[in-house]
Amino acid sequence: MTRNRTVVALDATADLCSVAWSDGVNWIERSESAGQRHSALIISMVDSILREAGAHLSDLSEIAFGAGPGSFTGLRIACGVAQGLALGAQLPVRAVSSLLALAQAAREDAVVTALDARMNEVYWAAWRRQEAGSEWQVASAPAVAPAATVRLPPGARWYGAGSGFSAYPALGAAMPTLAGCDPSLRVTARAIAELALAEHGVLGAADQAFPHYIRDKVALTTLERAGAR
Amino acid sequence: MTVKHGRVDLTRGRGAGARPYNRPMLVLGIESSCDETGVALYEGGAGGGRLLAHALHSQVAMHAAYGGVVPELASRDHIRRVLPLTRHVLTASAKALADLDGVAYTQGPGLAGALLVGASVANGLAYALGIPAVGIHHLEGHLLSPLLAEPAPRFPFVALLVSGGHTQLLAVEGVGRYQLLGESLDDAAGEAFDKTAMLLGLPYPGGAELSRLAETGDPLRFRLPRPMLGSGDLDFSFSGLKTAVLTLVRKHARAGEAVPPELRADIARAFQEAVVDVLAAKSLAALTISGRRRLVVAGGVGANKQLRERLRAECARRGVELFFPPLELCTDNGAMIALAGALRMGAGTRDYAFSIRPRWPLGELLTPR
Repeated sequence: MTRNRTVVALDATADLCSVAWSDGVNWIERSESAGQRHSALIISMVDSILREAGAHLSDLSEIAFGAGPGSFTGLRIACGVAQGLALGAQLPVRAVSSLLALAQAAREDAVVTALDARMNEVYWAAWRRQEAGSEWQVASAPAVAPAATVRLPPGARWYGAGSGFSAYPALGAAMPTLAGCDPSLRVTARAIAELALAEHGVLGAADQAFPHYIRDKVALTTLERAGAR
Repeated sequence: MTVKHGRVDLTRGRGAGARPYNRPMLVLGIESSCDETGVALYEGGAGGGRLLAHALHSQVAMHAAYGGVVPELASRDHIRRVLPLTRHVLTASAKALADLDGVAYTQGPGLAGALLVGASVANGLAYALGIPAVGIHHLEGHLLSPLLAEPAPRFPFVALLVSGGHTQLLAVEGVGRYQLLGESLDDAAGEAFDKTAMLLGLPYPGGAELSRLAETGDPLRFRLPRPMLGSGDLDFSFSGLKTAVLTLVRKHARAGEAVPPELRADIARAFQEAVVDVLAAKSLAALTISGRRRLVVAGGVGANKQLRERLRAECARRGVELFFPPLELCTDNGAMIALAGALRMGAGTRDYAFSIRPRWPLGELLTPR
């Protein structure tokens, strides 16, 4: 008899702190606007959903987390907690793109997702699938770019989703053919758990689970600073 | 430290039962406050404890290209290191995760993003294992690190805590009982070493290289001021020394050219003589004022050869006992956090609502129950 896969998902990509448990049939989730308090909330939220599910960590098949892009600190809180939980409970960890989680949450089949990356830039990607429940394909891979320079991939009736659209109106303005847009849509652990059960993302050992920052250049070396003068 | 009332037991994992009476307590310690990731296993027991294993990953080479520690890069590296180092110390001491009785982590002070990495992993792991997690004050770790030496000092003692981030003199009466006697009003001594090294054209972080150069320098060629030597208190100031060094460099080296090696060594020597004079004099004054006969030196600058020699000679002359932590534990490390964790596990919580304290005055530490 094959046991159902069960997951706990964590997300601290942005302001929300959210967790979800699912065995593919039943769903338990918690979300709270956390500000800077993700660290104070996240483990007690995990404990709360496990209690409600009557489950233990050791019953799970994996821990999934929102790997980014997003708040660097938030990504590391979710990743660090996932690493610790998984090491202690001897589970693998699945890193799931927060931009894909937005597409999943949008309940459309062609979605341009964008998150506020500050400094007039957005983290963005485009995703397509045949129909609800079928596998997501990457139409434009996750990247960071000035909001005004993002262009829709060809074909499809694209929908927009995510805080990138509300933070930078130029982003939506550059996409006049959008069929619809929901800037208020947020990354949730529920969407990450759905993607994990559908085996999206990267599954590996706990010590191989890392955030996907996308913005990789965060400081100038001494030589670069000298060259810039 | 946050005092929590009505503590909630959220234990869900394995091994949640009470520990058998008299079994030694096994604590995992995780340090990630700045640019070193340290993990260690310490076994505490009624008759004293012992360090079973410790492992360290230094990021110094990574930050060198940037001329200083880049906090975001430090955090990004910590999250790649904590778990592999944890596996390493478990394997090295032939222990299993299920043997752990608690997890200690550096809660502050330090870089916020870096501290959060250790705190997140530590709390996730402790929750999964059903054991308490306890946040440790980084400087308390340094203060207690000499207890890992053989022989270990007995309380009470005066501690000179001298590193890249701190220069403090403290009266240590026992675990959690610390009184600040004096501290640097500006740069830490280690910071002054690194900044002076930069003025002499040494690559970052040049403090250790500066000390090596000083050994070959002429101690009599230059004399730099001894800041605050006669201030009548136990405070320090090192930022003025940088200016004095800069003046020397401008006077003796040609503008726009590298400082010649011999001049470099002589200036390095003059700088080190000045720092060692002040550190030694104030430490001895702290002993006199507090009436203590034991001096403990902790922190990275405690590895400085000339400082060690001077303090050895001065303490021997006065019949003062002198202690240094093992050289490898002078820098930031997980061992001191595991040790402090074993002593403070009584304050460990099972609510796993963690927070970090990037600024955390040592005076706010409570005495462990």
